[in-house]
Amino acid sequence: MQKTLKKYFAFFALPAVAAFCISFVIPFVFGVGLSFAEFTTVSNARYVGLQNYVKAFGESAEFIRALWFTVRFTVVSVVTVNAAAFFLALLLTRGVAGTNLFRTVFFMPNLIGGIVLGYIWQLIINGVLYPKGVTLLADARYGFWGMVALMNWQMVGYMMIIYIAGLQNIPGELIEAAAIDGSSPFQTLLRVTFPLVMPSVTICTFLTLTNSFKMFDQNLALTGGAPSEQTTMLALNIYKTFYGRTGYEGVGQAKAVVFFLLVAAIALTQLWLTRSREVEG
Amino acid sequence: MKKLFTVFVAAALVLSMAACGNSGSSGTSGSGGSSAGSGSSSGGSGDSIRYLNFKPEIAGVYDEIARAYEAESGVRLIVTTAASGTYEQTLKSEIVKSDAPDIFQINGPKGYAAWKDYCADLSDSQLYAHLSDKSLAIEDGEGVYGIPYVVEGYGIIYNNAIMERYFAMDGAKAASMEDVNNFGMLRSVVEDMTARKEALGIEGVFASTSLAPGDDWRWQTHLANIPLYYEFKNNEIDLTGDETGEILFQYSDNYKNIFDLYLNNSVTAPGLLGGKSTDDSMAEFALGKAAMVQNGNWAWSQISGVSGNVVAEEDIRFLPVYTGIEGEEGQGLCTGTENFLAVNKESSERQQKLAEDFLFWLYSSETGKRFVVEELNFIAPFDTFEEDERPGDPLAREVLRWMEKEGTESVPWNFTIFPNQSFKDKFGAALLEYAQGGKSWEQVKETVIAQWKAESEKQASGGA
Repeated sequence: MQKTLKKYFAFFALPAVAAFCISFVIPFVFGVGLSFAEFTTVSNARYVGLQNYVKAFGESAEFIRALWFTVRFTVVSVVTVNAAAFFLALLLTRGVAGTNLFRTVFFMPNLIGGIVLGYIWQLIINGVLYPKGVTLLADARYGFWGMVALMNWQMVGYMMIIYIAGLQNIPGELIEAAAIDGSSPFQTLLRVTFPLVMPSVTICTFLTLTNSFKMFDQNLALTGGAPSEQTTMLALNIYKTFYGRTGYEGVGQAKAVVFFLLVAAIALTQLWLTRSREVEG
Repeated sequence: MKKLFTVFVAAALVLSMAACGNSGSSGTSGSGGSSAGSGSSSGGSGDSIRYLNFKPEIAGVYDEIARAYEAESGVRLIVTTAASGTYEQTLKSEIVKSDAPDIFQINGPKGYAAWKDYCADLSDSQLYAHLSDKSLAIEDGEGVYGIPYVVEGYGIIYNNAIMERYFAMDGAKAASMEDVNNFGMLRSVVEDMTARKEALGIEGVFASTSLAPGDDWRWQTHLANIPLYYEFKNNEIDLTGDETGEILFQYSDNYKNIFDLYLNNSVTAPGLLGGKSTDDSMAEFALGKAAMVQNGNWAWSQISGVSGNVVAEEDIRFLPVYTGIEGEEGQGLCTGTENFLAVNKESSERQQKLAEDFLFWLYSSETGKRFVVEELNFIAPFDTFEEDERPGDPLAREVLRWMEKEGTESVPWNFTIFPNQSFKDKFGAALLEYAQGGKSWEQVKETVIAQWKAESEKQASGGA
C-alpha cells in the first residue's frame, strides 16, 4: 500500500499542484514582478526598478495612518472575537437544549459575503444614529466600532465552531480527575481546559488576526474610508492607490508587496508565540 | 479493475480542469477582443477601416452600421469594442499593432495630452465643418484633433408642475421660470418655497445632496465645473498647458452659495446626507417629494423608471446652475462630452481619408443619421441634423433648447482636466465633512487647492 502511494504520489498530487500554481504561485510572482514596473495592463509593463517603492514610501503618511487604524482595529477585534467565540463555545458544549440550532444560527453570518454585510450594517447603524441626526460617516469612531461589530458578527460563529471542536476533544477523565482533586470550575477552566485548547487558540487567533488585518470588502461597503480617509484600512488604501491616479498601478502593487511582507511577519510571529504554549496532546 | 477506475477518475479530473482553464481564457479574450467584422472574409481586395469603439452598450448597433456602410460604399468597417472601463488599456495595446485602429476616441484635453502623437489634424474635415458649436472640439494651436460626437448636458432639473403651483401663490417671488435667471432670484424663490413647503406638498425644494462615498460625483465633479470654468476663463488659462497644475479656487464662495442652498432647502437634513445615493435623490424627485435636482439628461431613464413616478414628461425642465457670478444671466447649461473622435495620424493618408469619409457618412447621410437618432440615441452636435431628427426624451430636447437659446452661452465640461480620481474623492470627502459640520468652508477650500496641486504633481511625475 505504502509503495503504491509513493508510486502514484506525483500523479495524484498533480491536479492540486497545478491548481495551486495557476491560481496562486504564478499570479504572485507576476504581482511581485509588476511592483517593479509601470503598467496599465499586465502586458504593457515596463521595468522601472525601485521607483514604485520610492513613491510608495514617499506618500507614507496616508499608508501609516491606515496602518495605525488597522492595528487598532485588529487588536480590538482579535480580543473581542476570540473572547466571544470561546464563551459561546463553552455555553454550547454544556448540553443546553437546542445546542445544534444555536450553533447553526451563530455560524450563519459567516456565510454572507462581506459587501452584503457591510451594506446591511450600514443600514442598521444609520438607523440607530438617525435620532442624533448624523450618519455612520459623521465620525471616525462610529466607523471604527461599526467595523468591530461587523467583524464580530461575521467571525464569532466560525471561531466558535473551532473552539467547540477543541473543547470536545478534551478527555472527560481529565476534567473529572481535576474535580476529584478539588479544583473549582474556574480553576479547571484556567489550568486544564485552557492549555488543552491551545491548538484551537492558535488557529483562531491566526484566522482573526490575518482576516482583520486584510479586511477589505467590509471596509469598502461600510464606510469606504469616510470621513476623509480616517477609516481607511491598509487593503483599501492599496486599492485606492491603484485606481485613484493614472500611472499609479505600480505604486499600488509595490504597497501590496510591502503589505504581504507585513502580514506574513505578523502572522508568523503570532504562530510561533502561540505554538510555544501548546501542550502536546 | 479498481485501480483502473481510480486512474480513470483522476484522468477525468485533470481533463476537466484543463477544460475549465481553456474555457476561462477564451472567455476573457472574448470580452476584451473584437466584436464585429472579424468573421467575414468577403472584402478581400476592398478597402477597410478600423474603429475602436468606446461604448460597449452600443457595440451591437455598430455591427449593423458596418453592414449598411459596406453595402453603400464598399468599404469594410471593422469595429472593435473595448470592455467597459478598459478603453485606455485596450487602446494602448491596439494602437501598436500592425492593423491599428484608424478611428479611436479620446476623453478630453487629458486624453489628448496622452495621445497627442496619434491624433491627426481634422480642421479640414467635412465633419468638423458641420460641427454646430466649434468650441466643443479639442483644438491645439491651429489644428483640431478631437471632434465630439455626442453632447450631454446637466443643470438643475425641475418639476414644472410644482413650480406652476408656487407661481400661482400670493406673493410668489417670481411670476415664472423665465424670471429666474441668476442666483439671487433662484435663492429667494427657493427659500420662499421652503417656507411654504407644506402648502406645495413637497418635503424640500432640492432632492438630497447625495454624499455617500462614490455617489458624490454630482458635486465634486459636475458642480465644481462651474466655478472652475469661470476661473479658467477669466484668467485666460490655457487648458492644454501646464498652467492648470494649480488653481486659486477664487470662485469658491460661489460654489458655497449654491451648495448651501442645496443643503439648507433639501428633503434631507445635512447630517444625514452621508447615507444618500444618487438613486435616492432621483427617486425623491420622481416621486414629487422635491421640486429640483441637479443632474444631466442621462437621468431621464432613471426618473421615468422609478415606480410610482409622478413627474409628467412635459413637466420636466432644465435650469442652469446659477452661483452668483457676475453676468450669469447669459449662462446656459453645462454641455459637453467626454467622447471625442480622433483619427490615427500613423495611418496612411488614404486610410485617414477613408476614416473621415465614414465618420461624415455616419453623421450626414440618411442611413447614418437614422442610426444615430434611432439606435444610438445621440444628441449629435452637427448641423446636418434637421429639427425632426432628434432623440425623443424630454431632457435631451431641453438640452437642445438651451444650446440654441439666443443670448445664452453653454458652460463647457472643464472637469475633464481635473487631475484624477483621488482629487475628486478627497474633494467629496471634504464636502461631506462640511455638510456634517466637521469642517469649515475655509478648510474645504484649502483642501481643494492643496489636493489639486498635490495630485497634479503626482500625475506629472507619474505620467510619462
